Amino acid sequence: MTKLIVDGAEVDVPADYTILQACEAAGAEIPRFCFHERLSIAGNCRMCLVEVKGGPPKPVASCAMGVRDLRPGPNGEPPVVSTRSPMVKKAREGVMEFLLINHPLDCPICDQGGECDLQDQAMAYGVSGSRFHENKRAVEDKYIGPLVKTTMTRCIHCTRCVRFVAEVAGCAEIGAIGRGEDMEITTYLESAMSSELQGNVIDLCPVGALTSKPYAFQARPWELSKTESIDVMDALGSAIRVDARGREVMRILPRTNEDVNEEWISDKTRFIWDGLRTQRLDRPYVRENGRLRPASWPEALGHVAAKIKAADKARVGAIVGDLAAVEEIFALKDLFGRLGVINLDCRQDGSALDPSLGRASYLFNATIAGVDQADAILLIGTNPRLEAPVLNARIRKRWRLGEVRVGLVGERADLTYGAEHLGAGTGSLTEIVEGKSGFAEILAKAARPLVIVGAGALAREDGLAVLAAASKLASGANVAAGWNGLSVLHAAASRVGALDLGFTPGQGGKTAAEMAAPGALDVAFLLGADEIEVAPGAFVVYLGTHGDRGAHRADVILPGAAYVEKSGTYVNTEGRVQVANRATFPPGEGREDWAILRALSDAVGARLPYDSLPQLRAALYAAHPHFAAVDEIAAGEPADLSGHAGGALSGDAFVNAVADFHLTNPIARASAIMAEMSALKRGSLAQAAE
Amino acid sequence: MSVRRLAEVQPADFAFTQDNLQWAEGQIAKYPEGRQASAVIPLLWRAQEQHGGWLPEPAIRRIAEMLGMPTIRVMEVATFYTMFNLRPVGEHFVQLCGTTPCALRGANALKDVCKTHIGEQNHVTADGKLSWLEVECLGACSNAPMVQINFDYYEDLTPESFEALLEDLRAGRPVKTGSQTGRSCSAPLGGDTSLTDESLYDGSVVGAWKSRFADEASGDATEADSAGRPAEGSRPEAQAAKGKGDAEAAADGKTQDAAPVQARTSDRSRREGQPAWNSGAAKGESKGETQPSGEGTPSAAKPSDKGA
Repeated sequence: MTKLIVDGAEVDVPADYTILQACEAAGAEIPRFCFHERLSIAGNCRMCLVEVKGGPPKPVASCAMGVRDLRPGPNGEPPVVSTRSPMVKKAREGVMEFLLINHPLDCPICDQGGECDLQDQAMAYGVSGSRFHENKRAVEDKYIGPLVKTTMTRCIHCTRCVRFVAEVAGCAEIGAIGRGEDMEITTYLESAMSSELQGNVIDLCPVGALTSKPYAFQARPWELSKTESIDVMDALGSAIRVDARGREVMRILPRTNEDVNEEWISDKTRFIWDGLRTQRLDRPYVRENGRLRPASWPEALGHVAAKIKAADKARVGAIVGDLAAVEEIFALKDLFGRLGVINLDCRQDGSALDPSLGRASYLFNATIAGVDQADAILLIGTNPRLEAPVLNARIRKRWRLGEVRVGLVGERADLTYGAEHLGAGTGSLTEIVEGKSGFAEILAKAARPLVIVGAGALAREDGLAVLAAASKLASGANVAAGWNGLSVLHAAASRVGALDLGFTPGQGGKTAAEMAAPGALDVAFLLGADEIEVAPGAFVVYLGTHGDRGAHRADVILPGAAYVEKSGTYVNTEGRVQVANRATFPPGEGREDWAILRALSDAVGARLPYDSLPQLRAALYAAHPHFAAVDEIAAGEPADLSGHAGGALSGDAFVNAVADFHLTNPIARASAIMAEMSALKRGSLAQAAE
Repeated sequence: MSVRRLAEVQPADFAFTQDNLQWAEGQIAKYPEGRQASAVIPLLWRAQEQHGGWLPEPAIRRIAEMLGMPTIRVMEVATFYTMFNLRPVGEHFVQLCGTTPCALRGANALKDVCKTHIGEQNHVTADGKLSWLEVECLGACSNAPMVQINFDYYEDLTPESFEALLEDLRAGRPVKTGSQTGRSCSAPLGGDTSLTDESLYDGSVVGAWKSRFADEASGDATEADSAGRPAEGSRPEAQAAKGKGDAEAAADGKTQDAAPVQARTSDRSRREGQPAWNSGAAKGESKGETQPSGEGTPSAAKPSDKGA
């Protein structure tokens, strides 16, 4: 610990702190442009200048100087840092004046206006006039992809974007070419960035040089209502803020949640919002003579109720999709339970996961924050870069710290870190289990082995055997107490919640794949299930938000609410219960999904005993108490895994759950931005293959 | 300096020649595993040399592949250093120094010559022979104004001599490198102005001064004196003076000019406990006897003498 005096107050900080951190610990605010907590230190903007006694006799860039480099006074007095002295103010004003020499005064037409670091800090350190009479520098705008708009004249060369893509995203594609006044930020020959996290440079940019292209000139920050919510594009449940104007979602930004997404979100999370406006189901539809026609709610619900009542309950089934919240899954299970339906499934992809094996068998037990502690990482049948880009950045962060080996069994992929490809199929997995592979030793020696099993590796005939093998690998002899390295990386946001509720076939019930088979069902109820094709013959009821695969197949469409339009509980892949809040309302006659199920229960004569969301939640918490502990993880008992042996491994190669990152769910498929990104990706892949 | 961009017209591909490839591999091998990127500047430079003085885009890509670097990182280096030409240059690439000393000595007039004889900066003449670029100080200020053409300096230029130089280069006639006025290196322009007294070099002045050591050595050396002074054995010049008479030194005139340089060098290095450099050691020793005036300055000149 090092003692120093900041603005007259003594603080005691760890010796590895920088002066900036020490000042913040003392409660002093330090302006900055280039410094960012999660990036390397550049020290090139000079905005964080402070005055020190016991250091150089000049203003010091506090972000780049450690407290241990300060000397004590002649009698051992602690070094003195001053953040508000006239010298500091003058120095920062000088820096600001130089920055503003070349920065255009186009705030009225700049999208960053209102949330611009430069604007804010100019209020404190800017002078009203300019002493610069020459022409301002002008820089050509660069193309760096369809997501990030550039206005390079505004760039102040903080290099945060350069550092982010190189360090966090792992695709060193942005760089600073030229030098001095001619320095320009660009990608190589203005090619599009390839990272799935590139949207984060928009947040990182302290000025309006990099802004959101789809959001360009759409809204001003102060006219948006901001709602804190949870993302459902992948199973991480990243913390987001949904900014809406009126009924329209204008943009989605990340919130900080150290345990999940730190402060990054993937591009799909960020740019999905245009998909919330298009292809929406805004009124009930009923199929008549092969064509869907608009209908009223009573008519549609009556139609569904009549079919369900008339059908043999053994030939009625329900499938839960990937974006459903816990509340509606609970209501659906409750309703169909009352009707005596046992054909329930939430595993559209045919995953072998089964809640009867215990909660630890389907959770990311090591937790996302636990990745930072892992000392050996094995990926089985997964490409986290596509399935959960933010998690991939976390693994990369761990890898960059060193002393960890990352192995990959499954499809070969560029994961942005040095993953050793150990094989494509279960054969290689068996080799590791049997200790024939070099990686087996690494896992066996590890105190905190992390074995990540992808959803694709479990959605196969031998899924349970894969899980059993992974479980064995994660429980080596040297595993530290309290560490459970078996980690299932889900691809669907709803999956863990549905498994927690036990939304799986009852005794003798059919699985999703069996339900979809020809002649299996008379009535199929799809709760936003779009990734499964129900064979012709069944009467299909689709409760969802978008005119996607499920709606095309449906005989009755019940328009529901998307994740930003309802308050819903989601459980992420590590088992963390999180509540998403409503930012806007469903379009047209769309209703919240649980309310539709409540109305349907009336129509079929099995009334659900809750009339409001709080009542539903009370019933939910009574049945499953762990849902009440929001933001907490109810850890599963690791012991309950040893029981199941699993069958034989098939020997087939693993296939990842996500092939096209940008088109994984109905909202994404309705989004023009995602379609463009997907096409771009396919184009560049084709180019790379040539 | 202005914004530098890659040339619009680029070759389809770039590959090092076999020799250069081998050389490049040698450069890369200098650095430990994982630090291959350190070889980026030598490789870029060799690529530029191979490719007629400028760096094509495929070379940047190829070098990035060779070094396992992101392409943009190589691009950053290539665009940062102005000695990497990103556009084609003439067969004779004129880098004209326009920094203050040259500007004071008439570099602006040379610029006009370039403009009339070559055209605008970064513009290659139609015959492909010439192009020019104004650069910052090239470190030959005492011979200002000057230009660098390919790897040679051309100094003490006047608009007329520069014009003639450009014409000669264009026509393929041989040209003289270095100073165009005939002076050696940066020797005074109108001949020597100081230390011109011949007696400085015939040993008469130095010898008188030097005899002091002999007197002191034989005469009144007190304890205090000798304590405050290095032992005589460590002062070769004193020893030399003791051993040889002034007259002898004067008589040995011709060899003197050559010898002292060598002898001095070797003496100094031996004193520091280092081997004497090159053949100088042998020569110095053999001529050690004829070293009466260790302080002898090589008289005004003649590089040929010095090198003897």
